[in-house]
Amino acid sequence: MTKPESILFFGTCLIDMANPEAGLAGMRLIERAGIRVRFPQGQTCCGQPAYNAGYREEARRVARLQLDVLAGDEPILVPSASCAGMMRTHYPRLFEGTPDAARAGQVAGRVVEFCDFLHRVLRIELNDLGPPIRVAVHHSCSARRQLLVADAATALLRRLANVSLVEPDHAHECCGFGGTFAIKEPEISSAMAGDKAAAVAATEVPLLVSQDWGCLLNIGGTAKQAGYAYRVKHIAEFLWERTEVAHEK
Amino acid sequence: MRSEFRLRAERSLASQRARGNIRRAMDGLILKRRAAFPDLDELERLRDQGQAIRDQALANLPELLERLERRCATNGMHVHWAEDAAEANRLILDIIRRHGGHAVLKGKSMVSEEIGLNAFLAGHDIEPIETDLGELIIQLAREHPSHIVAPAVHKDRREVAELFARHFPEEPYGEDIEHLTALARRMMRERFRATRIGLSGVNFAVAETGTLCLVENEGNGRLSTTAPDVHIAITGIEKVIARLEDLAPLLTLLTRSATGQPITTYVNLISGPRKPNELDGPHEVHLILLDNGRSRIHADPELRATLRCIRCGACMNHCPVYHRIGGHGYGTVYPGPIGAILEPQLQGLERQGELAQASTLCGACGEVCPVRIPIPDLLNRLRFEQAQGRALRHGRRSGRERFLWRLWSLIHASPASYRRISGFVTRLRILARIRLGPWTRTRAAPRIAARSLHVLAQREGFRDD
Ligand code: SF4
Repeated sequence: MTKPESILFFGTCLIDMANPEAGLAGMRLIERAGIRVRFPQGQTCCGQPAYNAGYREEARRVARLQLDVLAGDEPILVPSASCAGMMRTHYPRLFEGTPDAARAGQVAGRVVEFCDFLHRVLRIELNDLGPPIRVAVHHSCSARRQLLVADAATALLRRLANVSLVEPDHAHECCGFGGTFAIKEPEISSAMAGDKAAAVAATEVPLLVSQDWGCLLNIGGTAKQAGYAYRVKHIAEFLWERTEVAHEK
Repeated sequence: MRSEFRLRAERSLASQRARGNIRRAMDGLILKRRAAFPDLDELERLRDQGQAIRDQALANLPELLERLERRCATNGMHVHWAEDAAEANRLILDIIRRHGGHAVLKGKSMVSEEIGLNAFLAGHDIEPIETDLGELIIQLAREHPSHIVAPAVHKDRREVAELFARHFPEEPYGEDIEHLTALARRMMRERFRATRIGLSGVNFAVAETGTLCLVENEGNGRLSTTAPDVHIAITGIEKVIARLEDLAPLLTLLTRSATGQPITTYVNLISGPRKPNELDGPHEVHLILLDNGRSRIHADPELRATLRCIRCGACMNHCPVYHRIGGHGYGTVYPGPIGAILEPQLQGLERQGELAQASTLCGACGEVCPVRIPIPDLLNRLRFEQAQGRALRHGRRSGRERFLWRLWSLIHASPASYRRISGFVTRLRILARIRLGPWTRTRAAPRIAARSLHVLAQREGFRDD
């Protein structure tokens, strides 16, 4: 893929309501690179929660709206490997054999995960203006195993001159969120989240970043409850803050 | 109310010692597997090959089974078909009775666990003697295997030493592996001499030659199948493969994925009873081919992939849920990711459907499976079947679940209603601080933004068109 003139930004429902700053930072980063960013106001949710729970008809109903809203030719930027994974790999299966199959495939083919876009397509240069900091990174399972874009997040963070990356113990392991899994099997989910939060705490970093807010919601919430001192931040927001004078904190 | 599965999982989670043992063992197995496949391209080629061999075998299953039966019969084996567990147990009992046996030497066999053979035999005054060290430990402890390859993986050496001390008080106490293995071997040898019937599982059954392949590391499996007069082998019908040459790639995948070994200490190829001019081996070999729901699985083109499984255990070795609750947390014969797709199909979604929910769909299993079973996709399919079933049954709780998803979908399928809801949530976000059920039991309540990204994007001038 070459650098496009404009893109559509799909913010994801989680970021929309729980962390819009990350979405905004992502859009600004792309805009700063000279690309026109459009945010379709009709967008809602990719439909993954229902799809993973086995409610395909319900998932299709929601996904169909996104097909409408995201019509066009521009790349669709998604600041979450989990949602991007749903759209890229599961939309074609979800709509297989339905009248929407063709456009589902078209939309799926245009979906690009945010870090992947910055790293691979834009080859973005990041001028780190922040103070030296140690940071742990968490890769979602979708980033790691479904879309294979975990390396893109790491590569971006490595471009920040004053940031040193730390890998927590058992980094390859899932944080235990898993959508409805956290509600259906809360004991196992909590055990996984607890181990993950503790592994990050053991690295003694002040900050954990990830390209997926879902994982950070889980790990961060667990860490806070457990009294660990580190904070969590979406990678888009982190990159924006580190490289933008006006927003430097 | 908490389901049986949740209660069991909770008990497993509370057992810190077993959790630590499992974690340590799994961490070790993960490293060993990784070291066994240094060349990742080669690994992917092997996995392609493994999948193709198993797919082909399953595509020709009826034909291959017939060929296997013919070839085995030509080789002098007796082949029996068992529709279900009860029939398999009955067949085994008949063979033992015909020979006047009172005990059976058992090599490791998960299918024998599947049919509940030990309890069945004990109920008929026949003593099952487990000869695999792990299985022996489990038998002495009166437990069930917690792993399909390493049945006693949840126990540490001290637990085993204490267990042995209780059962063999006349023997000296020791906690190191050599000592424990030697002790088990001494105990076993006596039984090998005295028992005339042996039983084992099968790793692969080769149709072309009528050969049963069996891998193991202790030699007890070989003794159980060669020392007694009668050898009974039991296997699921899906274990058949077409050609002898298919064995090499599958064995490579199996042993490396399972324990990181390039090959097991023993690879047994059994192609019939002792011939007139031979000095050892059983006089009679029986092969029992068990269906027990497999042909039903086979009939579904997508779910059929389940039957590709070669029981290496890699999926559970890499499963974060298995790491936390171990095999006993699942409460089924086959635990871990393979159990989560297989058991609901063998026993029905009604009974084991929750196993399909007990996964974050993290994909670690599918990534390592040597025959590329798309476990997360199959879990998704089973969840779909479950949701469909709910639509039909109108259970009270399930009716509610379906209703909630419908409501959710209606909200998210309309920009206007989504805007209303998100406006409501962001404006009244203080309400979101109320406890969110199970989520907030171990987590701080999530922060809700004052303004949604929809609103912020508009304010910042990001256009819609
Ligand atoms: S499902 Fe795959 S990884 Fe799991 S036991 Fe079977 S072959 Fe091995």
